Amino acid sequence: MNIMHRLLAAPLLAPLAALMISGTSLAAEEGYRLDRAPIDPHDLVSLQAGARTFANYCLSCHSAEYMRYNRLEDLGLTREEIEDNLMFASDKIGGPMTVAMTQADGKAWFGVAPPDLSVIARYRGADWLYTYLRTFYRDPKATSGWNNAVFPNVAMPNVLWTLQGQRALEVVDSEVGGQETVRYKWSQLSPGRQNQVEYDTTVRDLVNYLVYMSEPAAVERKRIGIVVLFVLGVLFIFAYLLKKEYWKDVK
Amino acid sequence: MASRASALWQWIDARMPTLGQEYRKHLSEYYAPKNFNFWYYFGSLALLVLVIQIVSGIFLTMNYKPDAALAFGSVEYIMRDVPGGWIIRYIHSTGASAFFIVVYLHMFRGLLYGSHRAPRELVWIFGMLIYLSLMGEAFFGYLLPWGQMSYWGAQVIVNLFNSIPFVGPDLALWIRGDYVVSDATLNRFFAFHVIALPLVLLALVAVHLLALHDVGSNNPDGVEIKKKKGPDGHPIDGIPFHPYYTVKDIVGVVVFLAIFAYVMFFVPNGGGYFLEANNFVPANPLQTPAEIAPVWYFTPYYTILRAVPPMFDSQFPGVMAMGAAVLIFFFLPWLDRSPVKSIRYRGPLFKGALAIFVVSFVVLGYLGTVPTNAWGQFGPWLGNAQRATVVGRIFGTLYFLFFLLMPWYTSRDKTRPVPERVTH
Repeated sequence: MNIMHRLLAAPLLAPLAALMISGTSLAAEEGYRLDRAPIDPHDLVSLQAGARTFANYCLSCHSAEYMRYNRLEDLGLTREEIEDNLMFASDKIGGPMTVAMTQADGKAWFGVAPPDLSVIARYRGADWLYTYLRTFYRDPKATSGWNNAVFPNVAMPNVLWTLQGQRALEVVDSEVGGQETVRYKWSQLSPGRQNQVEYDTTVRDLVNYLVYMSEPAAVERKRIGIVVLFVLGVLFIFAYLLKKEYWKDVK
Repeated sequence: MASRASALWQWIDARMPTLGQEYRKHLSEYYAPKNFNFWYYFGSLALLVLVIQIVSGIFLTMNYKPDAALAFGSVEYIMRDVPGGWIIRYIHSTGASAFFIVVYLHMFRGLLYGSHRAPRELVWIFGMLIYLSLMGEAFFGYLLPWGQMSYWGAQVIVNLFNSIPFVGPDLALWIRGDYVVSDATLNRFFAFHVIALPLVLLALVAVHLLALHDVGSNNPDGVEIKKKKGPDGHPIDGIPFHPYYTVKDIVGVVVFLAIFAYVMFFVPNGGGYFLEANNFVPANPLQTPAEIAPVWYFTPYYTILRAVPPMFDSQFPGVMAMGAAVLIFFFLPWLDRSPVKSIRYRGPLFKGALAIFVVSFVVLGYLGTVPTNAWGQFGPWLGNAQRATVVGRIFGTLYFLFFLLMPWYTSRDKTRPVPERVTH
């Protein structure tokens, strides 16, 4: 390949390379800057804690209808633990995580039916969820009394407020050197049962779980991937030697 | 054992000589130029991806439900509850994008070495028909997961037919089978995706290969190897496809599969381009997403569509421009007037034009993935026009000029003498 070929090939292959490197699922909406979610799909303790928070706080309004309870055995939980701690008496261990609240009820009560959360992390991305769940604030103008910095005028109230406490947000617009900048000033109105570090950990665990739930096979996927790449690497050696052997008489 | 095998072969050959004849004609005695380079892997890789898509697709249909109420859930069922289902699904979703990457590189190879030139015009035209069918196949298939992007992407594309004068609205209605994209649309798109277009694709691939094997393969030098034959009647610079190119293509296949496996096992979303985040929300006919963009392989044409302003209250000029951008490839063999085929012996005019074309295609492709206001607006001196739209118009124009000016710059170019035989 001469230089001209390389010049022509570069713009064709560059975008390909770019998207192999990046792995973001959804560009951040303009506005509040998203925090990076410090999640770890191998941390079973975190995933179990997240599953508990999910069952206790989310699963009353939001379903996860593509997720079966017994799949939680992935997280190192036994059937008994799942049945005793995470399920309502009426649920079946092999059944999906559904809720009693119908779509119509949800629409009547909140203005919009709470979305199913099975694959929410693949739609929103972990960072968005992690930031969203930590940026609720008291807003007397909102119907529920709550608003959110990441998702303005969200219909959902802060269901974790007993943990986080109540907070207020003041948005300060200021112009610095012709550039408009927005600063967010948070203040605690009343304390919750957890301090900020504990609450961040709770949300981290919950988001970790939501990411797991959006693709339960993700950890296994990477494990198999390494094996497949290794096998192909070995195969490459043999394929290359075979080619060389055949082609040595092509003059 | 060897004599047993050859006895069996003789038994078959006595009863069906066609089998051996065709094997020799297309493999063991198909003489291909010995100087194929990197760019010549993509033809066999395209065939491989076609097979991958058909086989993975067959397994997906075993659990997929083409029903508006069940489709989204059945895909998640495949991802979670079907053993190995996620592997099959990721093979198929990665394969869709891989197909277009491979086909675009294969077409680019044609541009580089003049594979579209006489006597291979029909090979090129059948190849373009494959490309068109592939676009249809991808479009129909993209509706099946029944996510928001599936739904609204299909809605937008079918609505393009609305803009055709007189027959448009009836035509769009006829395609959808309903007034909006609905269960009826999903069912017919499923039928097109899993049987109608795959049959067309297979037939076209067969014809593409037959046409190629009649005239013989081009090569990086653009030299006709059939002009120089040895005493045995075979081209001096040709080598039998099997075993030489079969063993060489196996190396290409392994490297390709490694890249493929890397994507499907480690970044199956392909950075949000192969599987889009918005498509993990079930289709909702009552809620239009803020931004509707087609999948990456259609975005160059989508940018051209958006770059043309509506005229007489109609989007039709944009639709025409988009269609022309695809169909203009068909005329390439006759637009190219250069005395040489390969870029190796072409002059600076063609090399420059091709470089501009490649950059235009990539920029148009990128712009199609972002909203038109992505780069803000120009000042009042340009009527506050959106920057991305203006850039799209510039590169869209360059895209067409590559083809329209081709007769002029290829015939005027300073070419270098082509060698008698291939360089190896």
